Amino acid sequence: MILKEILSTGATRVAAAIIMGFVIGSLFIFFSAEDFIDGVASGDAGAAVAGGLGAIGAGYEALFRGAIFNARADTLIEGFKPLTETIRFAGPLIAAGLGISLGFRVGLFNIGGNGQMMFGILWGTYVSTRMDLPFGIHVLVAVLATILGSAALGAFVGYLKARTGAHEVIVTIMLNYISIYLFTWFIRSPELLQDPTAGGTPKSDPPAVTAQLPELFAGTYKVHAGVFLVAFAVWFYWWLMERSSIGYRFRMVGHNPHAARTSGINVERTYIAAMFASAALIGIGAAHQSLGIQVGYTESIHASIGFDGITVALLGGGNAIGILFAGLLFGAFKAGGPQMQVIGVSSEVLGIIQGAIVLFIAAPPLIRAIFRLPALKETPGLEKLRSRILKREVTK
Amino acid sequence: MSDTRIEVTPGMFSLAERKVSWKSTIVMAAFTLFVFFFFGIFGKDQPVTYKITADDARFVLPALDTMSNTVGIVAGILLAVMTVVAAIWVSRKQDVPLWWVIIFGAVALFAFLGWLAAGSVVPIAFLLGNALILAVPIIFGGLSGVMSERVGVVNISIEAQLIAGAFVGAVVGTLTGNLYVALIAAMIAGSLLGMVLAVFAVRYLADQIIVGVVLNVLVIGITNFLFSQWLANDSDSTNFPGTFPIISLPLLSDLPVLGPVLFENRLTVFGVFLAVPLLWWVLFRSKLGLRARSVGEYPLAADTVGIDVGRTRFWWVSLGGLLAGFGGAALTIGNVGAFGKEMTAGQGFIALAVVILGRWHPIYMSAAALLFGFSIILRVWANQVSPGIPTDFILMVPYLVTIIAVVGFVGKVRAPAADGQPYLKE
Repeated sequence: MILKEILSTGATRVAAAIIMGFVIGSLFIFFSAEDFIDGVASGDAGAAVAGGLGAIGAGYEALFRGAIFNARADTLIEGFKPLTETIRFAGPLIAAGLGISLGFRVGLFNIGGNGQMMFGILWGTYVSTRMDLPFGIHVLVAVLATILGSAALGAFVGYLKARTGAHEVIVTIMLNYISIYLFTWFIRSPELLQDPTAGGTPKSDPPAVTAQLPELFAGTYKVHAGVFLVAFAVWFYWWLMERSSIGYRFRMVGHNPHAARTSGINVERTYIAAMFASAALIGIGAAHQSLGIQVGYTESIHASIGFDGITVALLGGGNAIGILFAGLLFGAFKAGGPQMQVIGVSSEVLGIIQGAIVLFIAAPPLIRAIFRLPALKETPGLEKLRSRILKREVTK
Repeated sequence: MSDTRIEVTPGMFSLAERKVSWKSTIVMAAFTLFVFFFFGIFGKDQPVTYKITADDARFVLPALDTMSNTVGIVAGILLAVMTVVAAIWVSRKQDVPLWWVIIFGAVALFAFLGWLAAGSVVPIAFLLGNALILAVPIIFGGLSGVMSERVGVVNISIEAQLIAGAFVGAVVGTLTGNLYVALIAAMIAGSLLGMVLAVFAVRYLADQIIVGVVLNVLVIGITNFLFSQWLANDSDSTNFPGTFPIISLPLLSDLPVLGPVLFENRLTVFGVFLAVPLLWWVLFRSKLGLRARSVGEYPLAADTVGIDVGRTRFWWVSLGGLLAGFGGAALTIGNVGAFGKEMTAGQGFIALAVVILGRWHPIYMSAAALLFGFSIILRVWANQVSPGIPTDFILMVPYLVTIIAVVGFVGKVRAPAADGQPYLKE
């Protein structure tokens, strides 16, 4: 009975969706493997199947080696480098996922993560390359400038929606392009933010040493102090949405704006605040991305994290811990992709896996049908178990 | 789940409560001042030639030789008159008609072109022709959006449908050597994606926005994977489809200016002339369209009078996908030939925007799509004609115009009332 209840939970569905995602990815690797195609061409079915299966095994092994632990490394410390890379890649994804998820819970679809990142990075780049501040303060100001820059653009979208009713999807899509071109113009003009040595190509200066997020294990791992920013973002999201009165208003508007308005909530102001908060969280990802490197960058520094954040938010299911793990999973894909490429399996297959996972998450009835999972309305057994662990009364 | 209440807005039931806004007039006045001063008074004192027809056209119209800043001043005065007319309309509590705004935009654009090309030539036929060709995928993507949103299904996956159509069109075209088969295959690919969206939205009651986003990720992932695993290695035998021949319709293509622009094109462009009016007629003049719109506005009422809400949504979304697949094919076999990785470059999202900008109306939507088509060719041309000016700003123009239009002219656009809401029969 308890087992059946466990099978009906959301966590089981997420696990099943992840399994299905990898199964679908395997199919693509299988049928596109060179050994498989050669085997089919020569009419040798056994060799074809073996070749396909071999490619799947090698591909996922490379992914593991690139994202979690490299058993081929000389030392143990070196062996764990992939894991730290996963954490580093996951950071901005988690932050962006939190921001977009916050929008979802207020009923706003913030598709403008990329643009908000770029607008924040524009301010952050000015502080980190053109200002001269003492060590310690400089990095703080640069981080704050990035976050506030992103948040300002988000609040602008919220303002337009509140004031004129302009649809946030259309405005954020447009602002994506506008911010990227604006940033390109800044790093194309030597009198603004261009690296003087870059010549004709648009490129920014590297952030000043005092403005860089310091590496935590300089020389060994590339993971940097941005981790703390992201950890703070996870906590902040949880606190804001679950514990604060603003978060309560957010959720109420997201549930039913008409009811919220009737009960005295200023829906328009809530939209502005929610877009500000959503873009501020994305801005944390932007700071992690742009201030954690030692070289100059171009307008592609956003790495489409604003879009990837949407899938992170969906897989995370709206809660902070879920988004944390979703970000880590997709961060692992980013870290492990190049290793797959090296052994000849296109790392684009990870995009397919990513999409497939979220597709199955989006349709609970489908994944239940595939795995024959039960759908229970109530889970009394689990509730009892949970209350025993947490030592509190079952609230009914 | 069955929350399908309709928000009652002023003016919905009676004309007496109508309020007209001065916003559009204010925006028009701002544009007028900008054109008059920036392009006119402080414009460039250089000659400019507006070449109306192409050199090889059958009837060559004389080119218009003038000064760049003169154009700015004349256009500024013209725009001022148009703004005053709009203000009179608003003061009489009438809406400024959209076609007036479109003419206003065209005049402003004319002055902008003159400013860009100071000391050089504005090839009008070239710009318009290419704008149309580049707008084709956006228009078809937009039609897909209109079709699905009119029945109450939000379609974020236009990007996926376009790129699937582009990919399948190029690959099937190469493998079979028959571009018509390729076009049909691309349309089927688009409609299959539409079906997936419809099944998830109607059958599994999944969040439509989420399914749309996911389909984008999935299809971009699949085409990227197949491209680098398969097409990139062996492009001659998989990704070399060629393009449709250019057909010039007799008589019509001999018309001055618009003849060659409109009627000397590939099959995919002619598809626009067929599909847009057809969808307009079906939506607003036929019983079928009335039923479809009722499903999008008030599914419960539609259900009550015996319309099958689920089936209507399924077919309209799927057929919309068919059109987007056609639009995707227009990118490859209708224009450049070979498929490129992520070649739609966000045009599906632009299509999403033009659907809203065009108020879910096929013809207004197409007009907005043409603006984007124009901007694509404009950036190419502006780079050649005046290399000094920061092209990043020209690139921004259509996106800025869209925001201004959404804020100033469209404002609170009213989507189909049940847009995005799953309908659960009780």
